[in-house]
Amino acid sequence: MTTESRASGASVRAQSREALASGGQGLARLALMVLGAVPGSVLPVGAAFVVGAVTAAIMQPYYLEGPFALAAAVTAGSLMAGVLVRRTANRTRGQLERWFGIRLPVVYQPMPALELDQRGHWWTGYSYHRSRTVAKYVRLLHWAFRDRTTRAEMLWLIVNPLMAVALAGPVAFLLLMGTAYAATGPTVSDGVGPFSGQMVSILAEIVLGLGIAGAGVLVAPYAVRGYVEVARRVLDQDGRATHAQLTRRVAQLTETRADAVGSQAAELRRIERDLHDGAQARLVAIGMTLGTIEHLMDTDPAAARDLLSEARQSSARALQELRDLVRGIHPPVLAERGLGDAVRALALDSALPTEVCVSLPDRPPAPVEAAAYFSICELLANAAKHSGADQVWVDILYRAGLLRITVTDDGVGVADPSRGTGLRGIERRLGTFDGVLTIDSTSGGPTTITLELPCELSSPRTSTSFAKA
Amino acid sequence: MRVVLAEDLYLLREGLIRLLEAHGFTIAAAVETGPELLEALLTHRPDVAVVDVRLPPTLTDEGLQAALKARREIRGLPVLVLSQHVQQLYARELLADGTGGIGYLLKDRVFNAEQFIDAVRRVAAGGTAMDPDVIAKLMQTTSRRPGPLLGLSPREREVLELMAEGCSNSAIAARLTVSDGAVAKHIANIFTKLELAPDEDANRRVLAVLAYLNGTAGRAA
Repeated sequence: MTTESRASGASVRAQSREALASGGQGLARLALMVLGAVPGSVLPVGAAFVVGAVTAAIMQPYYLEGPFALAAAVTAGSLMAGVLVRRTANRTRGQLERWFGIRLPVVYQPMPALELDQRGHWWTGYSYHRSRTVAKYVRLLHWAFRDRTTRAEMLWLIVNPLMAVALAGPVAFLLLMGTAYAATGPTVSDGVGPFSGQMVSILAEIVLGLGIAGAGVLVAPYAVRGYVEVARRVLDQDGRATHAQLTRRVAQLTETRADAVGSQAAELRRIERDLHDGAQARLVAIGMTLGTIEHLMDTDPAAARDLLSEARQSSARALQELRDLVRGIHPPVLAERGLGDAVRALALDSALPTEVCVSLPDRPPAPVEAAAYFSICELLANAAKHSGADQVWVDILYRAGLLRITVTDDGVGVADPSRGTGLRGIERRLGTFDGVLTIDSTSGGPTTITLELPCELSSPRTSTSFAKA
Repeated sequence: MRVVLAEDLYLLREGLIRLLEAHGFTIAAAVETGPELLEALLTHRPDVAVVDVRLPPTLTDEGLQAALKARREIRGLPVLVLSQHVQQLYARELLADGTGGIGYLLKDRVFNAEQFIDAVRRVAAGGTAMDPDVIAKLMQTTSRRPGPLLGLSPREREVLELMAEGCSNSAIAARLTVSDGAVAKHIANIFTKLELAPDEDANRRVLAVLAYLNGTAGRAA
């Protein structure tokens, strides 16, 4: 045997092993899929059958038992199906994500609130009703049947078992056939010689049976693939933003815009007030003092000299105030060095020992940088004030279009956004950039606060788009 | 004494030139941008450079970067950095090579001409001149953080602070109203407690100040 043929033999062996492995995996997935599809079909039908039969049994002495039983069966079946709609679809979504990494985002339309109009009628968002109970049910029905996602899920409830039968059926048939063929062969064992014709035919049957079963195993992954394709067609809204998604997004944008405008206005008012009461007033005072000095210069030089030193101190204080004001608007280090060094500088000034780890290939946009900086500032101040920690760690990382900042301390925990205004403020600040704040703070344990801000760095190589509905 | 000056604001630059010339300095070059500054420092090799942190073209920390680069070329080149704000981070970067001849002051200090000129002279002579604001900020954090400086007595702390600002032994003695001998004794104690070897006395002062800056910064470095 040459090296080449040995190598090709090895590769053939590897390939066949791979095919068998994927076939086995496909079989397992197929089995799970079928199991998942069972409740979607068997339970409603079963419920319908049982309820229908019971009703029929009870109604037997009376007239019209048939239609009553039918109505009861339909009601029970659809109620059962209603319960299972979302569960079945979500199970399939979970399977698709686990097995193939396909994420199918789910957004349901929010249920509209009932409104009472002046005449005492209830408005469901679609129609008026005199009774509140009726309005509630009408709203439920409207909500259930108008939502595109829910409709897709209802369709899936029917398609899922059909698909399972259509795809798993042939595979199961091949497997059963093969096994039966191979198993029935060797039962004739009396008087069989090692090389008799009977023995040969038995062997041939076993081989044939195993071959059929093997074909079943090999076909299984294709069946799973077909299932995935159909599931995606039915369940995925595929980039087409649903009405529900758009409604939610608009509500979110309106809220964050209002927050941004509000906090900006408040910030401007603060700056105006600080300038007016601080630096501006001091400059006026300096002007007045200088006027007095001019007047005193000839008559009382000693007093003029005293006033001069006073004016100088006043101007120094005005400068100090302006400096503080600038730091509150946009810290100079942030402007000069960017987020990483600005946070390092912050750590140097912090009351607690703070370790900073920065992994930023380039600078984020200035507004994002500022939001991140002030948020970290607030978090460090919080840690120093409330946590009772001995050490704080700040980790800044940029990956795949997301600026992720974690601030961890080894304090007593229980950071609660509902108690103070600080964390809420950070949430609002981040909200303007679609950022998210997550708090992990158990009682007595450490506190980890994570900020996530989607952004692009100024470097062109990290261009990411945000296909957000 | 020859000075290279870097300041992008016309009024301030002219004011500084007048102030320095009035006190007997020669202006070797007065430049506006970071690259110009680096070139001027390398060609003129002045006795001292007075540098604004924020300079064109980027209006970030060009001045600081140019000064640090020049100091890598010319070891121990005395640089006095002026800024609208003081940052521990920048102070530490300037002092990092431990050779001295470094000053870092707020621009407001120019108001007091005597003190400012004194600081320029001290830096030119290889000493340090840290802004009292940097020192004050350090004091806030030291008192709450563990570090090698906790071993110092309150008096030694005061002496170290004044040393960091750049005062000489006699100036410290005058400020604390004690004798020169007492100050010398405190300084010797500080050197021992910070474990600074007694090889070069001039540099030990700088190293002590550096230890002060680093020690208080804790493990954040």
